[in-house]
Amino acid sequence: MTGLLDLFSIAAIGAGTFFFFAGTVGLLRFPDSLTGLHALAKADNLGLGLVVLGLIPRADSALSALKLIVIWALVLLSGASTSQLIGRALRRGRK
Amino acid sequence: MSLLPYFDVGLALLIVGVAVWIIAARDLFASVVSYVAYGLLLAFVWIRLYAPDVALTEAAVGGGVTGVLLITAGKRLGALKSIAPEAQPGLGFKLRIGVLAALVAAALGAVMIMLPDPPPSLAPQAAAAAAGAGAGLGNPITAVLISYRSFDTMLEKIVLILAVLAVWSVGSDKAWGNTPAPFRQSKPYAPMVFLAQMLAPIGALIGLHIFWVGADAPGGAFQGGALLAAMWMVAMMARLVEPPRVDARWLRLALIAGPAVFLIVGLAGEFVAGAFFAYPPGIAKPIILIIEAFMLLSITASLPMLVAGPPIERSEK
Repeated sequence: MTGLLDLFSIAAIGAGTFFFFAGTVGLLRFPDSLTGLHALAKADNLGLGLVVLGLIPRADSALSALKLIVIWALVLLSGASTSQLIGRALRRGRK
Repeated sequence: MSLLPYFDVGLALLIVGVAVWIIAARDLFASVVSYVAYGLLLAFVWIRLYAPDVALTEAAVGGGVTGVLLITAGKRLGALKSIAPEAQPGLGFKLRIGVLAALVAAALGAVMIMLPDPPPSLAPQAAAAAAGAGAGLGNPITAVLISYRSFDTMLEKIVLILAVLAVWSVGSDKAWGNTPAPFRQSKPYAPMVFLAQMLAPIGALIGLHIFWVGADAPGGAFQGGALLAAMWMVAMMARLVEPPRVDARWLRLALIAGPAVFLIVGLAGEFVAGAFFAYPPGIAKPIILIIEAFMLLSITASLPMLVAGPPIERSEK
């Protein structure tokens, strides 16, 4: 059972790391800042979400598992809002 | 085999790289952003040195509050530049700054290399003292800060008040008593308002939690206060609340509450427990929590006031 959980953790964290990697490559390679934001959102939302998903079975208690989920939710909130703010700043800069 | 040493070396190299970039970046905004990244990386270093209390402070103050402070200062510098373009530092001035900074860095490095082995440390005495008077606190860091080094901790908060006073006194005479400039000139922007409305209550709760667990676990007044201050600033940036007038009675009371309560308790210790800043045994923990609560209030009030800047003359429209 623990072996199976370990396997799940490895798979989820591995997938999360892949999204972080892909997001970073996107941020560096995409032509402009707006598409860069798109790449960043994948790393923040999916990447961190998968890493948190993989860490939950390894948490000491239900409370620390809940804290991990709260951290993810906070990053989702701030990521989505700051993307809006950066996007608006970019649009204003262009005009 | 452990991968952690490689992680540590990578982290150290990354920090040196970011530090070089802070200096080398041509754009002020780019160097401020790198400075925030530098603060967050330093927080990782403190975690790796098993100092989570310092890591929390570094992340909240070094990464967060200082970042906002520097960005705001940079924006004001930009506004100044368009008024007085000739006020640029010359090459000789820059060179002298560079030489001085390099000398300071070299002196610090030399001290680090010449440290005797094992380095002299007050940690055992501090731990013993904290276990005495600060008994009842599970977190030795808080015990040392409030009990063993209580006078230092109080003076730190007085420095914060002095800094706020210095910022306020930069304003013009006519502006005295007015409010500082709003954090943003623009009208409320929906996503920012949404963020502030969602984040501020959660962040305030987390700040209070960090303060509360500070007695027994990593955390405390400064870390919690920095978070509460950040939440107040987020609310001001969304224009949900405006900066208060600098002559507001409640603001001034909040600013001095921490050091004042600390000093009163310290003086009372002279009569009750027999020494300046001694706490009566048995009820040391509730007393320390009361002091920390008022410190939290002062820190929460002072940090946003530092960022908000001096009061401005009200423009009549």
